Amino acid sequence: MAGSNKIKITPPRWLLAELTYKCPLQCPYCSNPLDYSKHNNEISTEDWKRVLSEARKMGAVQLGFSGGEPLTRTDLAELVKHARELGYYSNLITSGYGLTEEKILQLKEAGLDHIQVSIQASTQDLNDHIAGTESFHSKKEVARLVKKHGYPMVLCVVIHRENIHQMPEILAMAEELGADYVELANTQYYGWAHANRDLLMPTKEQYEAAEKIAQDFKEKVAGKMKIYYVIPDFHESRPKACMNGWGTTFLTIAPDGLALPCHSARELPGLDCPNVNDSSISEIWNESKAFNFFRGTEWMKEPCGSCDEKDKDFGGCRCQAYLLTGDMYSTDPVCHKSPDNHVIQEAIASARESALSGDEKPLIFRNSKNSKNY
Amino acid sequence: MSINPEKIIQFSPLHRLQWEEAQQKDVILYPEGMVELNQSSAEILKLCDGSRALNGIVSDLEEKFSTTGLKNDIIAFLEVALQNGWIKQD
Repeated sequence: MAGSNKIKITPPRWLLAELTYKCPLQCPYCSNPLDYSKHNNEISTEDWKRVLSEARKMGAVQLGFSGGEPLTRTDLAELVKHARELGYYSNLITSGYGLTEEKILQLKEAGLDHIQVSIQASTQDLNDHIAGTESFHSKKEVARLVKKHGYPMVLCVVIHRENIHQMPEILAMAEELGADYVELANTQYYGWAHANRDLLMPTKEQYEAAEKIAQDFKEKVAGKMKIYYVIPDFHESRPKACMNGWGTTFLTIAPDGLALPCHSARELPGLDCPNVNDSSISEIWNESKAFNFFRGTEWMKEPCGSCDEKDKDFGGCRCQAYLLTGDMYSTDPVCHKSPDNHVIQEAIASARESALSGDEKPLIFRNSKNSKNY
Repeated sequence: MSINPEKIIQFSPLHRLQWEEAQQKDVILYPEGMVELNQSSAEILKLCDGSRALNGIVSDLEEKFSTTGLKNDIIAFLEVALQNGWIKQD
């Protein structure tokens, strides 16, 4: 374990409040853990209020209400109100499913700053197939209502092999709905997306074609709409600067109160992630084993340890290193300097083969029934 | 995009300008993002409250800091702010 007293600990800036794992949708790329159905003991409204207060006091200012579907928590407006009083900038990250105009107004009144609505595709058939729930028309209606009531509207579309060919239509839809921001999130292969990787990962040619379309669109709408492009790191030569560095910026609280340095960290072995039921946010952030585990650079093995880019990308993603190499200390295999980079190339080849074979196994949808298999 | 000197300048309703005690700084908050401001940028933006056009902002700041010749620096910053969507002119 690397946590040493020499490392200067910066305060959290971003709090991701995963209020629940309940969700009416069944997206097969969901970032929630595969075994989420085991962790269904949600913390109380009072616990959340304490978490928000303590993190705010330390300096957290961006707050994401996420899940699962955060709208399934009946205390959402109460938590939003508490967050506003504390001075957070509150982001609601929602499927839009079940979001009525009345609720939108109630959340506005409570002080919500922004609503991010996810849409799975530009057509009803594909949207409803991927979401596992009939939701296309209600999502578009919600996007209009979000705009109507003066929220900045962020449309989020997770990109994968089943919808990447719709890039022009997805962007046209965003324009028609008047989105202020479009997040084009290339699937990151954790949780359910990892389990479905062969069916979700586009080919390099598909990525390149889609990225070109997105870039051209970005120039066209400059000044009117902002595009957030989450890179497909499997096709990069250097890893992403995951979480802006471990324990530097991001704090995730899972529905059961588990405090995580990133939302996938539950699956890393031996971290002993702390729970807000047992510790204050200050103790969790500053003193816990989990949050100190990969702080700084002393934990790094080669080639990271002597790499001149280690302060830029922090060795990449610990969860990806663990998922793909079995060793959470190893260099993120996305990096071309990694001795394990072949696993990335094999994953790309395997997905390509699956795409070309025409004989694909079905997607595993994210739902409680499937979760019980993990 | 450039600043129209005749028109009122207003802070964007899609952003929030706020003092952050923990950082001892003013910041601009927007969906999933934050910009940290230095003191002079923050002073300019606080006057973009929908009641002043360019000359009003310049004269108020020159008066507040008992100085002159700020106009070009203020215009340069406001153009950056406009391009980033932090302020708007109708």
